[in-house]
Order: sequence, then structure tokens, then C-alpha cells
Amino acid sequence: MSGGVNLKQILDAGGFAVTGELGPPRNADPQVIIDKANILKGHVDAVNITDNQTAIVRMASAAAAKICLDQGLEPVMQMTCRDRNRLAMQADILGAAALGISNLLCLTGDHQSFGNHPEAVGVFDLDSVTLIRMARDMRDGPVFQNGDEIAGATPQLFIGAAANPYADPFPYRALRLAKKVEAGVDFVQTQIIFNVDKFKEFMHQCRELGVTEGCRILAGVAPLKSAGMAKYMKNRVAGMDVPDAVVERMAAAEDAQDEGIQVCVDVINEVKEIEGVAGVHIMAVEWEAAVPEIVRRAHLK
Amino acid sequence: MITAERKNFDEIRRMTDAHRHVLVVGCNTCVAVSLSGGEKEAEQLAAQLRIARRRDGIEGSVKTVTVLRQCENEYLDSISAQVGQADVVLSTACGIGPQGLAVRYPGKRVAPAMNTNMIGYVKEHHVWTEYCVSCGFCVIGFTGGVCPVARCAKTLLNGPCGGSQNGRCEISPDVPCAWQEIYDRLAALGDLDTLARILGPKKWNVSNSGGPRTMKKEGFKP
Repeated sequence: MSGGVNLKQILDAGGFAVTGELGPPRNADPQVIIDKANILKGHVDAVNITDNQTAIVRMASAAAAKICLDQGLEPVMQMTCRDRNRLAMQADILGAAALGISNLLCLTGDHQSFGNHPEAVGVFDLDSVTLIRMARDMRDGPVFQNGDEIAGATPQLFIGAAANPYADPFPYRALRLAKKVEAGVDFVQTQIIFNVDKFKEFMHQCRELGVTEGCRILAGVAPLKSAGMAKYMKNRVAGMDVPDAVVERMAAAEDAQDEGIQVCVDVINEVKEIEGVAGVHIMAVEWEAAVPEIVRRAHLK
Repeated sequence: MITAERKNFDEIRRMTDAHRHVLVVGCNTCVAVSLSGGEKEAEQLAAQLRIARRRDGIEGSVKTVTVLRQCENEYLDSISAQVGQADVVLSTACGIGPQGLAVRYPGKRVAPAMNTNMIGYVKEHHVWTEYCVSCGFCVIGFTGGVCPVARCAKTLLNGPCGGSQNGRCEISPDVPCAWQEIYDRLAALGDLDTLARILGPKKWNVSNSGGPRTMKKEGFKP
């Protein structure tokens, strides 16, 4: 039985999906996940469970996803190529599927030099494209990466990936996503969008390449908490594009948090009109409480 | 070109201070070109050791000898007399040097004076950059003559990650994004179609992951 019932059904039916994000704790406390899940439950269709996000050690994504699932909130298990080779990845996919977790988001992963164990080896046995293809083959083959048949229960995966319209080289971004579609991706969540015009151009390229026929694209959005955060994201986070107008709007706001939520809602209202956008992915990590308000103001539920 | 950098002097002393007679063995090929472990550098290290050891009251000697290549027995054989008198042999070659000496002189203590860092391209005078990790299965025919295994921090085979910005890698503004270079070269050549092909998963068993590799040229006597 697939754990990816909710998200898959909504997207298959051509509906507008809303996903959120939940970062597991840097300890062994399940209550942290339970509390965050209960904030998000009812407001999102599924929630991404990050995998050692920004290369910082956290509770395993599969374990946190199971805790989340037990709260009645459908998880999207993130899996990066940084920390595992193909044996460990396939083992985790089988294990997660056995626990009822089937939404799998396939990522390359932030480089380990960003995190709290910069001396660690970066595995990168596969990259996100070959991870997607391996997951697809485990479901549809059903075969392991080496071609051996999976005898017995097979993982009923709903396979996701990320796309960053703001990274370079820009003309290659949609082509790279097309590769992920060819590899077998079902849905895609984008990098956080503040520059809507550039995202529109990216979506135009995606439509031209048939990418929007091959997978469902969820536009990534996030609430800014302060002008400082906007500046930090603009200047310090690789692959982010925060226009000056957004930074200025945050700086001018009397209530920065409220304005940050409104900026996010404004972006949602714009992107949901773009042809090929099948939902939004709200990344309010460590600010989960903002999600219900964003969803309410944007009339998503 | 194999490049290596000399270890911290204190670390070299920790490996050699307990021994009376030290022989510093230079290597006059790769590490001489990279100005780190050739005859001149071996003699400089020996002089530095002599001064420090004398100051600290360590008795004995620090001598030097340099061979053309420490990766070949015929050169290692030529220094048997000097090696015989030493209590420890300190190699300024790449990692092959101390190991070759250990094989050739089984009863002798060996120590590395160097950290071997890469197979480097001489980008400009006195600047080397890593272009090959000897992975055992070359893909640059599909990547515009730029190796993503050596030059992408994540060894990606299917395009740049989301951290590529302004031609730079997410790990540092000092590091060029290999995939930007691949894209630019293929675009200039009119070969962007090449990038539509999914490459991998890579066969890491032909790299060092498959265990130490041996190459034997058939048709020649060992």
C-alpha cells in the first residue's frame, strides 16, 4: 500500500497540491516532530522530511517520516546522494516503503563542507538523476540498480525531485529538469521563488520541452522573517535570487514577520496563475507556525 | 603531474626525532617540477632538520640523497648504501616513495615528508589544479573535455547542481563550476545535445573503490 496516497492522488487528478517542510531535530526526541506535524497537519497535503539538511546531522529522514506518518500527516522523505551509496539508498527506500512511506524526493544534497562535519567524505555514488532512475526502476522494473529482480513486495514510490530556476547556467536548467523527467520523476519542487519573472521564463522553457507534461511542478515559496534574512538569502545562499524590491519591502515593513508572510502569499498568488504550476511547496523551516496563515491568506485550503 | 606538499615541520619531527640517523630521499620527477620534493627541497628539509635537532641536542646525522624516480626499483636500488646507514628514511616523493622504499628495504623504517594531493594541471606558473582523480573510467568525451569527476565537488555526471552561480561552485567563490565550463565549451562547439544523455551510475569498482589496482602490459616481460 502506498504511503503517497494524498499527494499522488491530488496531483494525478490535476489538483493544486500544497506541501510543507519539516526539519527533524538534532537529537533523538520524537516529540519535536510530533509537535511540528500537528502544526502543519490539515494545512498541507504532505510534508518534506529533510535529510541531514545543509549537511548537519539530524534524525534520519525515514525515522522522522514514520513518526510524521503516525500523526496522520503524509511525509515526503528526502534523500540526498551525499551521505549514502547505492546500497544504502536502496535499503532505505525498501525500509521506508515497508513503513508506509512512498513519497521520495531525490536530491544531490548540499556539499558537506557547509555542515557540521566538513571533514566527512562526500559519497555522491549516484547523482540526483541516476537516483531518480534507480527509484523508478525499483518501482517499475521492479529491479535493483544492478538489474536483479526485486522478488516480493516492491516499493510503490511517488518520485520527486528539486529544480532550481535561479542557478546557472540558466539556459540549461529546464533541460536538466527534462533529464529528470526522462529518468522517471513524478513531481518536482522548485527552489524558493522571489523573482517571479525569471520563474515564468523557466516555466515557459519547461512547457516548450514538454516537462510539464511529464511531471507536476510545485513552486517553492518561503516566508521571510526579517530584512536581514532577505539580505542573507540574496547575498550568501548559493542559487538564491532575491530581488532588491523584496529586500526593500521587508526593510520598510513595520511588522517584518507579517510582511514576510504577505510577500510569500503574493508570490503564491502570482505563481498559481502560471501554466504548468501544479502546486506550491512552502518552506518555512523552523517557522512552521507561519504555514497555516500563509495557506489561509492564499486561500489554498 | 603528481603534486605534493611538504608536511608541517613539527609533524616531520615527530616521525623522525626518535631516530639517530635520518636519510632524506628526494625525488627528481613530479615533485621536483612542483617545487616541493626534488633535490633542492630535500636538501633544504635536511638542513632545517639538522639545525633543529642540534638545537634540541639530538645526536646523529641527517643526510640526503635524491633519485630520479622513487616509483621504480632501479633508482631505489642505487641508494642501498645510504639507506643501509640510516635508522629512518624520510621520503619527499609522493606517497609511492616511502612505500617503494618500504618494499625495497623491508627492514627499514620509512616516513613520508609529504602529503600527496593530486594529479594536477599546471594552470599557470606555480599553480596546479586537479584535473584527474584516476577514476578508471574516463567520461570527458561526453563532457566537453572537462572532467566532472575531478572538477565537480559532487562528482555529478548529469549537469550542475542548484549551487552553481555566476560560474562558481557552491563550496567557494574561488572554485569554478565544472558544469558551467562543460556547458560553455559544448555550447561553443554546438554540441549541447550531448548533455541530454543520462550518464551513470558510474562504475566505481574500476576506481580505488574496487581495491588497489594493478596494471600489467601484456607481451612484455616483467
